[in-house]
Amino acid sequence: MNLEFLPWLILFLPLAAAAGITLFTLRDRELSARLSIGAILTSFVLGVLFIALNGLHGARETSVTWLHVGGLQVDFGLRLDALSLLMLLIVTGVGGAIHVYSKGYMREDPGQPRYFACLSLFTFSMLGIVLANNFLMLFIFWELVGVSSYLLIGFWFEKPSAADASKKAFLTNRIGDFGFLLGILLVWATLGSLHFGKLEALLKSDPAVLGTLTTVAGLLIFCGAMGKSAQFPLHVWLPDAMEGPTPVSALIHAATMVAAGVYLLCRVFFLLDLPGSHALDVIAWIGGVTALLAALIALQQDDIKRILAYSTVSQLGYMVMAVGVAAPTPAMYHLTTHAFFKALLFLGAGSVLHALHHEQNIWKMGGVLWRMPVTGVTFLLGTLALCGVPPFSGFFSKDEIIAATLSGAHRSPALFALAVGVAVLTTFYMFRLVIVAFLGMPRAGGAEQAKESPLLMTLPLLVLAIPSVVAGFWQIPQAYAEQLGHPHLEHTALAMAASLGAVGVGLALAIALYGGAKADPLSEKLGQLAEALRHRFYFDELYQATVIRAHDLLATVADLVDRWVIAGVMVRGVHGSTELVGRALRLAQSGNLHSYAFLLALGVVVVLYFVLGK
Amino acid sequence: MNVGLEHYLVVSVLLFCLGLLGVIVRRNLLVIYMSLELMLNAANLALVAFSRFNNNLNGQVMVFFIITVAAAEVAVGLALIVALYRKHRTAHVEDLTWLRL
Repeated sequence: MNLEFLPWLILFLPLAAAAGITLFTLRDRELSARLSIGAILTSFVLGVLFIALNGLHGARETSVTWLHVGGLQVDFGLRLDALSLLMLLIVTGVGGAIHVYSKGYMREDPGQPRYFACLSLFTFSMLGIVLANNFLMLFIFWELVGVSSYLLIGFWFEKPSAADASKKAFLTNRIGDFGFLLGILLVWATLGSLHFGKLEALLKSDPAVLGTLTTVAGLLIFCGAMGKSAQFPLHVWLPDAMEGPTPVSALIHAATMVAAGVYLLCRVFFLLDLPGSHALDVIAWIGGVTALLAALIALQQDDIKRILAYSTVSQLGYMVMAVGVAAPTPAMYHLTTHAFFKALLFLGAGSVLHALHHEQNIWKMGGVLWRMPVTGVTFLLGTLALCGVPPFSGFFSKDEIIAATLSGAHRSPALFALAVGVAVLTTFYMFRLVIVAFLGMPRAGGAEQAKESPLLMTLPLLVLAIPSVVAGFWQIPQAYAEQLGHPHLEHTALAMAASLGAVGVGLALAIALYGGAKADPLSEKLGQLAEALRHRFYFDELYQATVIRAHDLLATVADLVDRWVIAGVMVRGVHGSTELVGRALRLAQSGNLHSYAFLLALGVVVVLYFVLGK
Repeated sequence: MNVGLEHYLVVSVLLFCLGLLGVIVRRNLLVIYMSLELMLNAANLALVAFSRFNNNLNGQVMVFFIITVAAAEVAVGLALIVALYRKHRTAHVEDLTWLRL
């Protein structure tokens, strides 16, 4: 059945909503929200319809020629395979829940129509990344995601911290994207094509075609993912991006933007997994280090959203590590389940903040579970899924990643140990959050008067809670594996035992330390280390002292050159000398007829002297 | 005494210098104007003298042109001077310096 128009409709509906809101309904809050929510939910339904009618498997494409320059032909095309279609469902499904929730959360904000326009633009950009069938188109949508995330993070731009955070996110992403662009150029220069299908066929027939550039190409492409997926050392933007409205955090940090990096790695996995390439090893270790660093930092954060932010960075590290050990299927599996439960956790946190008048410090909460039962219970379910407690969804996906570190050609016991360690930390900091904020007695007045959020906000929580709990039984990895290859997992029993043990240890530690605690007992026990964790390992300070200082120095020099050499000597010099000569010549213009006549006669005499006198 | 070309030329030069001197030193526009005419006529004298002594009529034709143009010029020039005098009640060059920067 020919349904080629459906993916186009899915892609452009959110854009139409964004354009419609910006052009026509900026004054109408209700209509704007309905347009935006309607667009994404329609996209979701159409996506389900497409899969139901066409099946999930078999790569199909639909494209129109866009650019034809010399030997380069770029299509504006959509690639429809298991990877992109499932990702499309995640983006529109989880995104749809977040849209609905936003309507409740942003009810009192005067900028609501603008908010929904940005949200729709973001959805459009993200769908473009997911559906793109070539590097150039993917890169354009990649940048569009950067722009729309800038707009969303800086939504409350009158707050300086939010404006700074949006700038930071955008610039940090740009650094990664620069490498990504170089990688795209390198691929085009050596292989002569940007089309994913053609590149894959080319590399399959001759894996050594990139020669010595194999590793470089892989790493440059990874640079893009490093920026978007907030991997060390470009992870600094993500926690700051919490300055945006909470639903934005859920959208950007759970289901979409940060997932784009991992999605990209899986999409171009054929380019990374080549004989003679060391790109995967680097990717695995960067992912592992990111996971560990972020999990450690999360231990000592007091801001509920920052804990979740570092948890996101940590889980993204997990996924990147999974790609690095040549296991893209578990990576995408974890991405999927993570999208469900992390969106749930963020929205739950937003619901709590909404009730507590935006008090973000967990030590000023307490007992939220008893006053906000729906939020509390769904948050607890999300936490269990994140920690990997069976039979919640996170257990299955995380377990596959841990098993993948011990399987295949890229196995690494060190990464296995790291992954298990991070699993312990994850359980520990998440239950620290739950015990301190949700259980026990209220610690501050705000928490005592908290009331459950309206249905518009709790309904998305309930909807997201369902896949968070049961997605493990949905045969998701099988669907991905059809395209990305079945991982041959060894030592699955060991991995499962380790991950269960990690949950147990983390939980026991958290209960022992935080059960009934008034202040954080870990700060005293860890001493100097706690201080470092609290300051996020001084990454911001380090960048301030090195990158930003160097940049400022360069800017100062450039400013001096501009001010003194270009504007001073060159522009003002020309202007000044002209003026000086003019002033001198003006003295001759006395307006006195006698002197004119005398000078004329003198001139004639001089000319005559030279003409006749010699 | 035999009067030759040199005599005419000397008179012509003298007249020209007198005219130039008048232009340079006199203050009244009308007198400056008369001095200019003197310079023109010095040139006319030289041209006529050359014409006479070289047996060539070209010089005399040139003189006719100069006299004609000078007559037109006098008409315009005098009209300007009169207009200037009416407007500013002066014909002294020291007072007429508005074109200076």
